[in-house]
Amino acid sequence: MTSTTKPKLSHPSLPKNELGLTRREYEGGMSTLCAGCGHDSITAAIVEACWGLSLRPEQLVKLSGIGCSSKTTAYFVGGAHGFNSVHGRMPSIASGANAANRELYYIGVSGDGDSLSIGLGQLAHAIRRNVNMLYMIENNGVYGLTKGQFSASADIGSKSKKGDANQQPPVDPVLLALSLGATFVARSFSGDKQQLVPLIQAGLSHPGFAIIDVLSPCVTFNDHEGSTKSYAFTREHYHAAVEADFVPPAREIAVEYDEGSATVVPMHDGSRVRLRKLDPGYDPSDRAAAFTYIAEKLKQGEYVTGLIHVADGSASEMHAINRTPAIALNKIAYEKLSPGAATLAKLMDSYR
Amino acid sequence: MPADLPAQDRLNDFVVKFANVNGTGSASANALVMKAIFRSGVPVIGKNYFPSNIQGLPTWYEIRVTRDGHMARSGRVDLMLAMNLETYARDVREVSPGGFLLYDSTWPRSTLLTRDDITVLGVPLAKVCNENFDGVRNRILMKNICYAGVVAALLAIDLGVIRSLVTEQYARKPKLADANMKAIELGFNYAKTHLPCPLPFRIAPLNATAGHVLIDGNTAAGLGCVYAGATVGAWYPITPSTSLMDAFRGFCESFRVDRATGERNYVVLQAEDELAAIGMVIGASWNGARAFTPTSGPGISLMNEFVGLAYYAEVPCVIFDVQRVGPSTGMPTRTQQGDILLAAYASHGDTRHVLLFPANPEECFHLAVAAFDLAERLQTPVFVMSDLDIGMNDWMCRDLKWDDGYRPDRGKVLSNEEIEKLEKFYRFVDKDGDGIAYRTLPGVNAKGAYFTRGSGHNQFGAYTEDSAEYQDLLDRLKRKFETAKAWVPKPVLEGPGTRDIGIVSIGSCDGAVREALGMLAGRGVALDYLRVRAFPFGPEVEEFLARHSTVFVLEQNRDAQFRSLLTLETAVEKRKLHSILHYDGMPLAAAFIVEAVDRALGQSARRAVASR
Repeated sequence: MTSTTKPKLSHPSLPKNELGLTRREYEGGMSTLCAGCGHDSITAAIVEACWGLSLRPEQLVKLSGIGCSSKTTAYFVGGAHGFNSVHGRMPSIASGANAANRELYYIGVSGDGDSLSIGLGQLAHAIRRNVNMLYMIENNGVYGLTKGQFSASADIGSKSKKGDANQQPPVDPVLLALSLGATFVARSFSGDKQQLVPLIQAGLSHPGFAIIDVLSPCVTFNDHEGSTKSYAFTREHYHAAVEADFVPPAREIAVEYDEGSATVVPMHDGSRVRLRKLDPGYDPSDRAAAFTYIAEKLKQGEYVTGLIHVADGSASEMHAINRTPAIALNKIAYEKLSPGAATLAKLMDSYR
Repeated sequence: MPADLPAQDRLNDFVVKFANVNGTGSASANALVMKAIFRSGVPVIGKNYFPSNIQGLPTWYEIRVTRDGHMARSGRVDLMLAMNLETYARDVREVSPGGFLLYDSTWPRSTLLTRDDITVLGVPLAKVCNENFDGVRNRILMKNICYAGVVAALLAIDLGVIRSLVTEQYARKPKLADANMKAIELGFNYAKTHLPCPLPFRIAPLNATAGHVLIDGNTAAGLGCVYAGATVGAWYPITPSTSLMDAFRGFCESFRVDRATGERNYVVLQAEDELAAIGMVIGASWNGARAFTPTSGPGISLMNEFVGLAYYAEVPCVIFDVQRVGPSTGMPTRTQQGDILLAAYASHGDTRHVLLFPANPEECFHLAVAAFDLAERLQTPVFVMSDLDIGMNDWMCRDLKWDDGYRPDRGKVLSNEEIEKLEKFYRFVDKDGDGIAYRTLPGVNAKGAYFTRGSGHNQFGAYTEDSAEYQDLLDRLKRKFETAKAWVPKPVLEGPGTRDIGIVSIGSCDGAVREALGMLAGRGVALDYLRVRAFPFGPEVEEFLARHSTVFVLEQNRDAQFRSLLTLETAVEKRKLHSILHYDGMPLAAAFIVEAVDRALGQSARRAVASR
């Protein structure tokens, strides 16, 4: 199989963003995933989100591990550098890349196998390190490329295509991220672009580690009766607790919501996320309460979606902790990095 | 050095060994003695034999005083400071005939453990310190400092030199300086009154250490990373490499912090494991920073998968392997050269990596810088193969010097303007025929964007499962490795190169080899010596192997890994290579090599006679 290049034709009437670019200019190579794959919808949402944010394509860095989900970084924003690394280890590549150049936007796309089995350790420590990136898990509960084994996110009792029921408890990325102190935790559904696009925009703007768990059904291996990650089951059981709108910098909030039901969270780049609570009494800024609420709903077989938790992550962000300058480390002139010959000569005296 | 040499000949040529309990402050006393000798202008070598433990286990420190400036341990002990009751019997046994043993006579030792051919000296160290200092911990610490005073008297070390060292060390804590000096003087005066000071072997000031420093390889390598312009260091703590990152961080705190803003022009990331550490290095290097990770054998084992990615996706990275004794956890505080094959071919599939072999701390500094240049020019991982002996022991070496004209060689990285001029950018096209393609960095220009992957790709950077495209790329990587042969540091030849017999070696074997060559020459055996400094092997290595009828290959592992690499990667006839293998975990001594060469040549001489 060789790669397929999409023809770059854009109709002059296509809408343009603030940079004068159309959505087509945020697309990538042709997807090689199965027709109807949830991942392709997520790819489309990422394209829409980046276009809407008016990111210059080269400002974005795309990172992934191995698996169906990890292939998708080739399918959006062709003008951005991509790094399809090794299985479960994308978070360390992202950490190093971000350390070298903090001026870019980092988006990591992973799957439930890549993040919750082989890469669980790396994911956990990237959250702890609070790397400024958006980390997306395209979660389908199944290994696709190796043909249908359960992943670590499969629910107890969920049935494989062959009819076996999973008996091990699932790792829930949302509960995991909450317990590790992530400051931006969201869940969505590949079939709900309206919810997903502003979440991606907010996640990219969040100063710190932002994670979005996206339920993304596998049409080939996990879309049957008895699966808890099928399109039908997900549509029936997902439930939005908080609706988020993303408001880019310097734009007015057009629609007014009822006093008390909407909260506006300012982002470091001047943009805002407007949260509208669908469950009265739900407080997305309260991490412990969010944890209890999500765990309770999961017990009832419901996936709560939306921006589940958001807090200020800027103080504990990797660069903030390390006190690096605002300029990218890879842009600092060598003259500033070398202490020079005279310093070395002086230093030698302390070794005599 | 024979034991029956007249006293005059033993000036500045002997070994003092300290047997201690770790965690009792003995390290600073031992370092003080060593530095005092060095400051007297007399060359020294320090070897630390320590346990993988924090407190309570036996530890030894060995100072070889060597007026001729040898670089290896000698293997003999002229003065043993037996300060550890637990190892006393063994320490008594280790003293060379005619030598001296000093013990703490506060508690008398059994006479059964003495020997007729050594002199036993007693100093009631604990008693003296109990009478003069308060507090349990303080008394233990002072007891060790006290013996430094005894040693100074026995070896005729100038007390003034010691005083200035103590004053410098405790410049900010003058009270501690006074207490330490008091303990030293107590020991010094006791020895002067009660012991036969000075001993027949002792210090007589020389001027042979000017322009030299006492420094360990990890410190020098960390400093090399600073001078190379590295900005990202990622690591997982592991003995014996930890002090390399400690050094890098320490130097950065001194030289890389903006005094006005407090901003740091570097970042040190402590990873969750070595897999993540190398991942961070790859990510940072891919993104245009100079990045490195220090580790040891177990870390290299874990990094294998990522190293293969960096090789195939052509991402520069620098890995310091401070080798320790394997296999598995092995002996973490003992030295070995046991990772040669592991590093040379790390990861699955066809992979070959550039290795550099520093022989001493000075080379750790310079090869650290070279490693970054090579990694970026070749766009591939480069391993700096140090070891515990070089990394953690203090070596006397020439002052590290820097040329301010140095600029990092970033290799073939396209600038924004260069990308702009291109009609289209392709990542893996070999334009120059040297196997090295042009790369771009993220964030520079959308036209230069490409997709980096460890899966099959063609010269345009696109995914492929096409046989010809795959093979074409793999062959280019081989071409790149050929290019590397001309760029890696050249081997060092000692001798005319025209002798019949040669010896090849690497890394920390160097000091012992050079000393052994002198000893062998004294017996009429002359060898050419080639010290290999890098893999892939350049033409000089091929020539040396071809020209000598017999070649000894000296290395510190059981399985002759370096010899294997030579037979795999050069045209040499396997039978010509005779292994000398040292793998007990201790630093190499010249006598070991002399014996091995003697034995081998004696055997071949006997064979020659028999076949006549």
